[in-house]
Amino acid sequence: MFAASLETASEPRKLRRVAIDPVTRVEGHGKVTILLDEANKVHQVRLHIVEVRGFEKFIEGRPYWEVPVSVQRLCGICPVSHHLAAAKAMDQIAGYDLLTPTAEKLRRLMHYGQMVQSHAVHFYHLASPDLLLGFDSEPTRRNIVGVLEDFPQIATEGVLVRRFGQEVIRATAGKRVHGTGAVPGGMNKALSRDDREMLRADVDQVIDWTVGAIRMVERLHETKPAFYNHFGEVAGNMLGLVNASGAADYYNGTLRARDAAGTIIFDRVKDASYRDVLEEEVKSWSYMKFPHIKAIGSEEGWYRVGPLARIQVCDLLTSERAEAERQRLLAVGGGKPLHGTLFYHWARLVELLHAAELIRNLLDDPTICATDLMADKGERRFHAVGVIEAPRGTLFHEYKVGEDDLVTYCNLIVSTTNNNQAMNEAIRKVAVQYLDGHEITEPLLNHIEVAIRAYDPCLSCATHALGLMPLQVELVDADGIVLSDVRRGMDGGVSCSVPG
Amino acid sequence: MSIRNSFTIDGERVDFEPGQSILQAALAAGVFIPHLCFHPEFSAHGSCKLCTVVVNGRNGSACTIAAMPGQEVRSDTPELNQRRRMLLQMLFVEGNHFCPGCEKSGNCKLQAMAYELEMFNDHFQHFFPDRGPVDASHPEVMLDRNRCIQCELCVRASRDIDGKEVFSLAGRGPASHLVVNAASGLLGDTPFAATDKAAEVCPVGAIMVKRVGFTAPIGRRKYDGASIRDQIEHPAPAQEG
Repeated sequence: MFAASLETASEPRKLRRVAIDPVTRVEGHGKVTILLDEANKVHQVRLHIVEVRGFEKFIEGRPYWEVPVSVQRLCGICPVSHHLAAAKAMDQIAGYDLLTPTAEKLRRLMHYGQMVQSHAVHFYHLASPDLLLGFDSEPTRRNIVGVLEDFPQIATEGVLVRRFGQEVIRATAGKRVHGTGAVPGGMNKALSRDDREMLRADVDQVIDWTVGAIRMVERLHETKPAFYNHFGEVAGNMLGLVNASGAADYYNGTLRARDAAGTIIFDRVKDASYRDVLEEEVKSWSYMKFPHIKAIGSEEGWYRVGPLARIQVCDLLTSERAEAERQRLLAVGGGKPLHGTLFYHWARLVELLHAAELIRNLLDDPTICATDLMADKGERRFHAVGVIEAPRGTLFHEYKVGEDDLVTYCNLIVSTTNNNQAMNEAIRKVAVQYLDGHEITEPLLNHIEVAIRAYDPCLSCATHALGLMPLQVELVDADGIVLSDVRRGMDGGVSCSVPG
Repeated sequence: MSIRNSFTIDGERVDFEPGQSILQAALAAGVFIPHLCFHPEFSAHGSCKLCTVVVNGRNGSACTIAAMPGQEVRSDTPELNQRRRMLLQMLFVEGNHFCPGCEKSGNCKLQAMAYELEMFNDHFQHFFPDRGPVDASHPEVMLDRNRCIQCELCVRASRDIDGKEVFSLAGRGPASHLVVNAASGLLGDTPFAATDKAAEVCPVGAIMVKRVGFTAPIGRRKYDGASIRDQIEHPAPAQEG
């Protein structure tokens, strides 16, 4: 595969290095390095995540009931996803098998509110400047303020759609960001009738605005279909959660993976068994791990998650208008799966519509304001996995908790980590499509950023294995000669070698 | 009430019973003076210094100075409140007080006092103390020493109310830390119980009853609706003598 050949150049010392640092309009801090020869031929492209978090380590030694609140501080954009994934795991740890019907509905309501606000901030605030103003527009105007000046209606709708999602979160979690709604075994607050009425009054408008945004993206696609179809297009496997009927389920469900042609690789894999089908690999040049499908292997087993994967992994969306929009999008592929990077935006808006419709349905549920919030407690457990579909893709939380209630082990595979290889593949494809052989300019480099941005990466969430990850440190002299090489392996053992 | 048994705080007359401290008399009269280590059910401690006032021109702890007729007390002044903010900042950086992940948030007196005194930042460099791991050896209560502000409320409650003497401070200066009365050093090996007075008086998140966590939703925690100034705990009747 050509992309794999661009991971590591054979003679990097002879090449010119171009860096995009930092990658802008994404959550977190990352950079891209590109190695070019004298003819501007691309030899190496890498997305680096250059910050280190440490949440897996911070959580060790803390009481399990604290984790759903503390771990959500990983992120300021989709904290609800971490909150709920951890709560799902801690339900099991505390001995709760099934939530009360109301508690599950309220968690879903919170989650769909998160989906609306996160997808809105990504599409309107971060991505729409590229799509509406142009990849090569003036960089100082290529932002939400520029959109507000040129397309005030779209920008205003974006702000209000996001606000609606945040209000749903506030009504269920107590705060717009970093609330405390989910507790092991249920929820700590019921939905007030005032909040229900307020949200119900606004949701239909949000649905209509979202359909309008989908139409806008569709029209953009019609202007340059070949460009939108093939920009950063790399065929890959896809992963997501589906329910027993095969419909997409953002809160519960079992794991399903399809290959690039749409054929199912595995299905109905329980979330607790994720290690049976997935494994992680570490590369010396990135703090972010590289997960892949175990049965296929690290070379070809990478997969994408998130909107574009989810709408193709599932058999349907359960809300009427969103399913119709999903079918409209899939029709572009003519029966074949879509792998163009820019389709992420279209798929994201279809999901935003789906989440808004699910919110409306829950608000219309006559029992949504009920107060049966805590389930009956069963047998305490010591190991649990919580999996959820975060806005950016499948999110895994795994914990072990001791007899004394303190966490002894934590493993987080966040959505962006799942998309690590997919993003690297996409930017290598874009580099070959648009940079290879050209004089490098800012607009061309923005093409690379556009590809990363389409995945809506949360780079700060994705690096968290402080003290655990294998690392390689090379001491290199001015001529690029490796003087010494220190490595820490998967077992924590350290070895040092001095090349002869 | 005799006219002789009164003094003024910031120009406002406060009556007192003989034997009351300035702080006790002020709180009984509904006049708020910031404090952390004082508790109406225990003897005064005078360690947090947050209740420092100016009495007839001299600084002193309102919780340990006896109320006397004719005293002129100054408390709610910009200078004193600035010093109180600084004391709070020092308490925050001396321990690991990370409110966003702490289950005491919203019910914490240290946090509530910081809001009350408008402490907007930590100012000082954090100590990041390592006073040992969370002691979760007790089946019902956990002890996080890194959050302890050494007010000794638990020490006094266990000794004076529970009659158990479970807690004490050990070490000196920056090495001071809370210890428990067990050879193993573990709370689980003491006669401590979740129903003890000492389990409920901790003003911060150092002594926490297990598995309570975040069951109180945001909006219904103690200091969500009203500031600590407006929730004065009424002092016990003054002792004669």
